[in-house]
Amino acid sequence: MKERRFVRELLESKQRVLVLSFVVGIVFLFLVIRLWHLQILNTDNYQTMSENNRLRFVPIAASRGTILDRTGTVLVSNRPSFSLAAVPQEVKDKEALLTLLSSLLGLDRADMEERWEKGAGRAQYYPIVLASNLTRDDVDIVEENHLRLPGIEIEMKPVREYTNGQLAAHLLGYIGEVSEKELNSGSETYNPGDYIGKNGIERALEKELHGGDGGRQLEVDARGRVLRTISERYPTIGNSVMLTIDATIQKQAERAFGEQAGAAVAMDVNNGEILTFVSNPGFDPSLFSGSLPADVWKGYLDDKRHPLENKALSGQYPPGSTFKMITALAGLQNNLINESTSINCNGSYKLGTSIFKCWKKTGHGATDLRKALRESCDVFFYQLGEKLGVDKIAAAAHAFKLRAPLGVELLNERGGLIPTSAWKQKRFGKRWYHGETLPVAIGQGAVLLTPIQLASMISTVANEGTIYRPHLVKRIIDSDGKTLKETKTEIIGTVPYSKESFRLVKQGLFDVVNAPGGTGAMARLYDVKVAGKTGTSQVVKLRDSKQGTPYQFRDHALFVAFAPFEKPEIAVAVVVEHGEHGGAAAASIANKILRAYFDGKKPVHKEAADLPKENDGDVDLTNNENGEADTVKEPLNSGDATHD
Amino acid sequence: MIDRRLITNIDWVLVGLVVTICLIGIMNIYSATAPYKIVGTAYYIKQFYWMLAGLIISVLVCSLDYHIIEDLSYWFYGVLVFLLLAVLVVGRRSMGATRWLDLGIFTIQPSELMKLVIIVTFARFFNNFQSVGGLTVKEVLIPLSLLALPAALIMKQPDLGTATLVILIALSMIVYVGLRWSAIATFICVTIPMAWISWAFLLRPYQKNRILDFLNPERSRLGSGYHIIQSKIAVGSGGFLGKGFVKGTQSQLRFLPEQHTDFAFSVFAEEWGFIGCLFLIILYISLVLWGLNIARRCNDRFGGLLAVGVTAMLFWHIVINIGMVIGLFPVVGVPLPFFSYGGTSMITSMVGIGLLQNISMRRFMF
Repeated sequence: MKERRFVRELLESKQRVLVLSFVVGIVFLFLVIRLWHLQILNTDNYQTMSENNRLRFVPIAASRGTILDRTGTVLVSNRPSFSLAAVPQEVKDKEALLTLLSSLLGLDRADMEERWEKGAGRAQYYPIVLASNLTRDDVDIVEENHLRLPGIEIEMKPVREYTNGQLAAHLLGYIGEVSEKELNSGSETYNPGDYIGKNGIERALEKELHGGDGGRQLEVDARGRVLRTISERYPTIGNSVMLTIDATIQKQAERAFGEQAGAAVAMDVNNGEILTFVSNPGFDPSLFSGSLPADVWKGYLDDKRHPLENKALSGQYPPGSTFKMITALAGLQNNLINESTSINCNGSYKLGTSIFKCWKKTGHGATDLRKALRESCDVFFYQLGEKLGVDKIAAAAHAFKLRAPLGVELLNERGGLIPTSAWKQKRFGKRWYHGETLPVAIGQGAVLLTPIQLASMISTVANEGTIYRPHLVKRIIDSDGKTLKETKTEIIGTVPYSKESFRLVKQGLFDVVNAPGGTGAMARLYDVKVAGKTGTSQVVKLRDSKQGTPYQFRDHALFVAFAPFEKPEIAVAVVVEHGEHGGAAAASIANKILRAYFDGKKPVHKEAADLPKENDGDVDLTNNENGEADTVKEPLNSGDATHD
Repeated sequence: MIDRRLITNIDWVLVGLVVTICLIGIMNIYSATAPYKIVGTAYYIKQFYWMLAGLIISVLVCSLDYHIIEDLSYWFYGVLVFLLLAVLVVGRRSMGATRWLDLGIFTIQPSELMKLVIIVTFARFFNNFQSVGGLTVKEVLIPLSLLALPAALIMKQPDLGTATLVILIALSMIVYVGLRWSAIATFICVTIPMAWISWAFLLRPYQKNRILDFLNPERSRLGSGYHIIQSKIAVGSGGFLGKGFVKGTQSQLRFLPEQHTDFAFSVFAEEWGFIGCLFLIILYISLVLWGLNIARRCNDRFGGLLAVGVTAMLFWHIVINIGMVIGLFPVVGVPLPFFSYGGTSMITSMVGIGLLQNISMRRFMF
């Protein structure tokens, strides 16, 4: 029975194969009929089309979105720029054409040749950009000679205009022609000759700013005359980006730096908005979208101050004494010190056979936490560090999220380095020596932080434990002015320390700026109470740092601050590379940033801003000038892990 | 493993058809890539190597008795579904879709392998599942769900072309097994609303654009509609005799997209005309009919099912690719077997040929 069913089934399926064969034949017949239709019946038609097939595509670049500051001041906008393009299929004699162009417009022939080669991989109707940034005169010349230049056309593209010159150059970034690598990595969004954000906000928000390129598909005759427009797609204007930066504060901050190299980040204590983002010296972003003159490029490269580096984003600096607030908080939280704990500083501290020096050779005498912060006594923190051990200090730093990058919108943000015993074991295969903890306690040794992290650190101390994600973009606005996206305040962590610990440390920071003997008097404002901390970070270990030290070996000057003391609004971190002088150079810049911020809030007082120095100078300047060089005299066991 | 009886049974018709198509394809790739600037080995040489590799693999495939494949078929299915899931999680992205899986030494495209595995799985399933008078709705539900899982995963990548092929192959096998009229009616009632749902929710904008471009060439904008126009101009301008080898203006001036892969046939049509196309299409019809003939001659139900599945795979590739090139179907990335440049397609198709050969050689053994 089963056998018979099987046989029947088999026979049935054999029949079905015949049916399928018949269906297959019909389907193929359709294909042949269609081919007959195309190749026999309509071939004349298609042959004419193929002979006249000179479809060409003229891209219309989208206008890039503008970049605004928080008040709506335009930082980057567009102006029209003209470029020269050739359509390969309409060029009869390439060599003659290039020769003619170079004689008419004085363009570099080799450069045009190179661009031609690069663009030649595309379809023949696709224009190849041979030269950008033509002058009006050049455009006129091309138009006059149009008949002698078959296949050549002028394309109008909007280019970037930086309304404030070099202001916030690192932050804004620049655009440039899309590179071969970028072309290959993406899909077909970009064509050779298109502009793309290369750096800073221009790059990080490329997707928002770029807009949608449009284009026109044209049918032209053999001489390149347009017969008709087959289809057209209008470009869509890119979205605008409103930054959290305040251009006025930014200007004051950059002016305060002058010729000095360094970075400054000011942040809203209560939501993480970055108000100022300085990396000095800057560069001229408008030069980068065209062909950068070789001498300017060489000038940037040869400058010892590294103008092209974004120091605020990726500069890693030993935080020096600014880190003492972390050590102090770790000490208070672990109940190793309290408000009344006092030690005697006689100018140095001995651990085993090594001597660790305080910056003040004569010593600070009896020192409690408040005095230790105010006068930045190293011995106090050596002793505390020894009791804590490196891992507890690191735990406190981690609570403040001082390790990984904090996640601002820009690309290539770097994190910090907080050494732990496990880290040393892994990195160097050696165990941690107790003596190595002492430099870490005062922010030396292997400790490295970026200016953004420094700002976040002081901001978190100011608001007593809330870590906000620092951000630069306030909102995205479309071309009609409608808000598309608003950056939400994001809390990325909280430091679960007691109010009392924060109060004690903040009291010390207040004294740094306001009490006699404080190291940060330069930052004082006449109308708002400022609290802060100076820092000096060693670049190399020197027996004595003197005035005659070569630039690149001089110490960095640091200052972190927040204000107003009672109800903090703004936190600021300043690093002056090779600024020496125990943080004074940095404190005075921080002062000007804070001044600009509070002036902006009540624009009535203006002139008084530059006066406070006179009030404070007599007391503290000498102190600052001597510096609080936290010179560690080569401790025997020091891990020497700095600057790796 | 191959005894002498088998060697005397080698299906030379099959071998001859496949090698002839491959060689024409290689010649055509030479012309299609002539305007390219090529660094390293030329495409037509590489395609020749792929053909050799494919032939070796097909020999390996037919040296195994295909009943071993039957035993392993559900394992293949399980592994492939796992790999398709892996692609979605850790796959390599390129051109807006995630299709490749990096295995360290080489990368694979599990969706491509799924075409073969669905054939093997269905063959096994229907071999053990006898029904008289055609499948009922209930009976067809199990194979449909076996199909739905991988098809959904491939859609998700998204790879509409491959998903469609997997579905078409599976449906062809169901049709071969036979459906009751009641099942066919139910099927139609379910498919139409399903199509509406997938249009409204599942298809990506670019996929919809392709379909709309196809349905209404007038709306063709700068994108896919342009490809179809250019391809039709190429085919149509070829005329009766063609423009001659490496003389097609459409291809040599690079108006055609993907002209050595998906649009290879339009290069061929331009240069060899209607005569050339007719010749090539006759070769393809012969291949498909021969595949069905192998199925018909096979006295073993599993072998028959396998042969029909493989033939369906080749058939749908051929029809969809040529249909696309001559403007009958929307542009989906489906290669022409043995003709388009590309290793993946060559290997998959050759494994299929190995299976057909396998069945054809062993037809006297039962």
